[in-house]
Amino acid sequence: MMMTKTLLGAACLSVFALTVHAEEGAKLIIDGEELTIRANAPAHAENIDEVSSGWIYRSKETQALQLDDFDNPAFVFVDQAIDEWDKVDGSEGKACSSCHENVEDFAGLRPTLPRVDDGKLVSMENLVNECRTERMGAEPWKWSKGKMTSMTALIGVQSRGMPVNVAIDGDAAPFWDKGKELYYTRVGQLDMACSNCHEDNYDTMIRADHLSQGQINGFPTYRLKNAKLNSSHARFKGCMSNIRAEPYKEGGPEFQALELYLASRGQGLSVETPSVRN
Amino acid sequence: MKLFSITAVVAGLLASAAFAEPVAPSVVKYEDGVVMASLTGVAGDPVNGRDVFKNRKQGNCLACHVNAEMPEESFHGEVGPEMAGVADRWSVGELRGIVSNSKMMFEGTIMPAFYRDTGFDRPLEKFSGKTILTAQQVEDVVAYLRTLAE
Ligand code: HEC
Ligand code: HEC
Ligand code: HEC
Repeated sequence: MMMTKTLLGAACLSVFALTVHAEEGAKLIIDGEELTIRANAPAHAENIDEVSSGWIYRSKETQALQLDDFDNPAFVFVDQAIDEWDKVDGSEGKACSSCHENVEDFAGLRPTLPRVDDGKLVSMENLVNECRTERMGAEPWKWSKGKMTSMTALIGVQSRGMPVNVAIDGDAAPFWDKGKELYYTRVGQLDMACSNCHEDNYDTMIRADHLSQGQINGFPTYRLKNAKLNSSHARFKGCMSNIRAEPYKEGGPEFQALELYLASRGQGLSVETPSVRN
Repeated sequence: MKLFSITAVVAGLLASAAFAEPVAPSVVKYEDGVVMASLTGVAGDPVNGRDVFKNRKQGNCLACHVNAEMPEESFHGEVGPEMAGVADRWSVGELRGIVSNSKMMFEGTIMPAFYRDTGFDRPLEKFSGKTILTAQQVEDVVAYLRTLAE
């Protein structure tokens, strides 16, 4: 069902359903570097031909905020993480910088996460907290709270522009299978699966929202709605609550499996961290 | 304030005494997706039905359907078909079936079942065991849809 509507003058009463399908030629160029916002879908995303970044589906104004790091409000938080990087915390008297010389050395990490380490599926949040609890003697940071999302944004941006490339075979296969099952399972009183909106109906308006594919290559994401960085798990939680479903726990096995599956559906898209959304 | 709520309760009791109980969601009879009998025995109110249609906390039908009869509303979703002429396409019984549980008519549809209270996976506690719309709200929205003829 395709409709082409023109926005008529304000005098005309029938100004509704401003059908704003994604613009074909839009380019995401940051600091002279063009990011991949559309790519051929990987074979394991068998129901779609193309994968596309959520940036494509946002309004011109929101898109613009991501084009320049000085305009991108997420960088306020990235700067906070740069300060945190050198801050001593915990019983061992260490800072991140005591052991990791340059945060730039984490380039290449973001596109490969989550990954399986010793039979366990680990997200970037787990790796950071492992250093804090095991190596610094410090308290773990909460999954979606400011210190964590700022740090994962700082580490993530080192890989900006690199293609998402998570392993889904071998040890990862059972986690991936579980994530896929969750993606297609209907939940909540509205009885919908992630796929009903983000696979069957992307590039469609759902009331005031332009549906994207629900990709996670831009996380953590700065949202205008809450003026802070948001973890992917917090976003999953929000979508589940909207369909009146009891969300899984942030950092829990279900959301981690979903994170792996969604990352794999974005295979080939550039890491966009930290992206801007509404 | 107290007086008012007591009056409301009394009025509520009178209303339920005057009319039969609504048909429970689990016993609604679908024949090929069609529900012939009214869920309440009370004629639907199209004016309230119009409100149910656009209200985000009730039907929120506008999230998915363009509705030319509501040009004053800024955002019309386009996930489902446009509502213009829906009364020409579907009878009352068909519309009642579609709104109560569209899955009986359209297999695998994204459209929620508005009069069903069981069979959900992980419903939020506060919605558990509940229908999205009351039986009367279903009748009201059906009455409203019946006004959308071309
Ligand atoms: C006492 C030394 C030490 C401190 C302090 C420390 N780390 Fe680490 N970190 C390590 C070691 C050792 C590893 C494992 C490296 C490996 O396996 O190659 C590691 C691994 C990591 C990894 C995973 C890298 C990868 O490629 O898998 C991340 C991310 C990380 N640290 C972030 C941090 C952050 C953020 C801080 C500060 C909050 C921090 N670390 C503090 C020693 C430390
Ligand atoms: C009722 C439709 C609907 C369902 C079902 C739904 N979402 Fe969403 N989701 C949205 C809307 C609307 C947005 C905001 C616009 C957009 O990016 O699509 C969104 C955004 C997202 C985003 C952010 C994308 C970005 O580029 O920043 C992610 C990730 C996401 N959803 C994941 C999920 C997951 C995982 C599920 C299943 C647990 C799910 N969604 C179920 C409607 C839905
Ligand atoms: C999440 C999206 C969604 C919501 C919310 C929704 N619908 Fe639908 N509706 C659909 C889709 C999609 C179809 C097409 C059937 C199919 O899935 O093939 C449909 C079909 C219909 C039809 C048949 C239309 C025709 O011309 O064939 C009617 C009538 C209808 N919906 C009424 C409603 C009403 C009334 C509400 C609110 C109480 C509502 N819908 C809420 C998605 C939705």
